[in-house]
Amino acid sequence: MSFKFTVSPDFTPNHLSGWYIFNTWLQKQTGLAIHLKMYSDFNAQRAAIANDEIDLIYANPFDAAMLVREKGFLPLVKPEGASDEAIIAVNAENPVADVADLPQGLKLAVTDDPDVRMMGMILLEPGDLDAGNIEAVPCTTYVVVAKQLLRGDAEAGIFLAEAYDDLSPMIKKQLKVLVRSQISVIHHVLMAGPELSAQREEIRRHLLAMANEPKGQGVLESLGFTAWAAVDDEAMEFSIDLMDTLSM
Amino acid sequence: MIQDMQPETIVGACKDVTLLLYNELPRRVLYTEIETPYPDGKLIVSTTDPDGVITHVNRAFVEMSGYTEEELIGAPHSILRHPDMPPAAFKDLWDTVSRGEKWQGFVKNLRKDGGYYWVKATVIPNVRKGKVVGYTSVRRKPSRTKVEECIKLYPTLF
Ligand SMILES: Cc1cc2nc3c(=O)[nH]c(=O)nc-3n(C[C@H](O)[C@H](O)[C@H](O)COP(=O)(O)O)c2cc1C
Repeated sequence: MSFKFTVSPDFTPNHLSGWYIFNTWLQKQTGLAIHLKMYSDFNAQRAAIANDEIDLIYANPFDAAMLVREKGFLPLVKPEGASDEAIIAVNAENPVADVADLPQGLKLAVTDDPDVRMMGMILLEPGDLDAGNIEAVPCTTYVVVAKQLLRGDAEAGIFLAEAYDDLSPMIKKQLKVLVRSQISVIHHVLMAGPELSAQREEIRRHLLAMANEPKGQGVLESLGFTAWAAVDDEAMEFSIDLMDTLSM
Repeated sequence: MIQDMQPETIVGACKDVTLLLYNELPRRVLYTEIETPYPDGKLIVSTTDPDGVITHVNRAFVEMSGYTEEELIGAPHSILRHPDMPPAAFKDLWDTVSRGEKWQGFVKNLRKDGGYYWVKATVIPNVRKGKVVGYTSVRRKPSRTKVEECIKLYPTLF
């Protein structure tokens, strides 16, 4: 029997090969046959989850509630010290200095990353902006969000903070950050589905030991992480409750 | 445990009133007209047991309330109750979460130094294995227009 592994489609493109390297490492450690399947968007991935095709997932926090409550997934680990944060930025020449001064009807460049979009909309609330009075400009990547701002095709953009920080200095010089979230409690989680529940503790043991051995360290590096940290069931429930309060 | 507010911790000119917490527990409250702006980009998070006694706070909660974590854990959440908040708002909060639903509203909170800060709060029941084991509240920065509306509305609700 082979298990199917997938990664939240918002992974940073330069870590794509890292996930394949990680999967090879994981199969060697556990002796399990695991097939990695990447999806280009959240809808395709959610359809596969709905069809019970997925056994292991590096999940976006937005999907965690559905995975736990509807599909019986359980948490394994999260990247240590990392959290998802959002940024609202505008063109550097825009005189606006505070989100509270952004106009209604705002043209807003956004990707379809669900947690970043949610955090970004929360950051815009102090300006009385919501889904009903902005005009979304859909973008495939954060570089495209930046380009929309530079070209003036959008007035503000929602970025994953990490992706904003990775933009070239040339681009960043032409942008202005209005607000950066400091939420610290929203993060991706690696989760195991019901078919892997018997192997859950063994998989977790291997993952937690990863940072202590040279080979594992190299694999973590290719993912952009330093170590995995355990996520217990209560921490997962708390995180689902938090997302629940924020999605309202 | 909850204590009367102490004049030596208050910053600025203050008014003095006694609130009845839980409708029966008197607490002397000292409050000023000094507003602390909500910190941009942050969330203020706390969790209580089923009776509203604080069991967890994050760092932003500690910073904004002015209390230490030790003072907050074990205290009733009404340690932040401001005399300008109408009791009807909290009745609605408790009625809503007791039904297992989420509550959202704008709250003026009282700091240890007598000052205040406005939040947009969401409260949800923490359900574990079908049982309510506590409640979690997450606050975010409110819009100024919504706060202005509440400043007009709340005095009419007493
Ligand atoms: C999770 C949770 C968070 C709460 N947060 C606040 C708060 O920030 N400020 C506040 O005045 N009351 C808050 N309350 C309501 C208090 O428990 C209390 O009902 C209120 O302060 C009024 O006091 P009283 O019920 O003793 O009259 C919260 C309740 C819960 C369950």
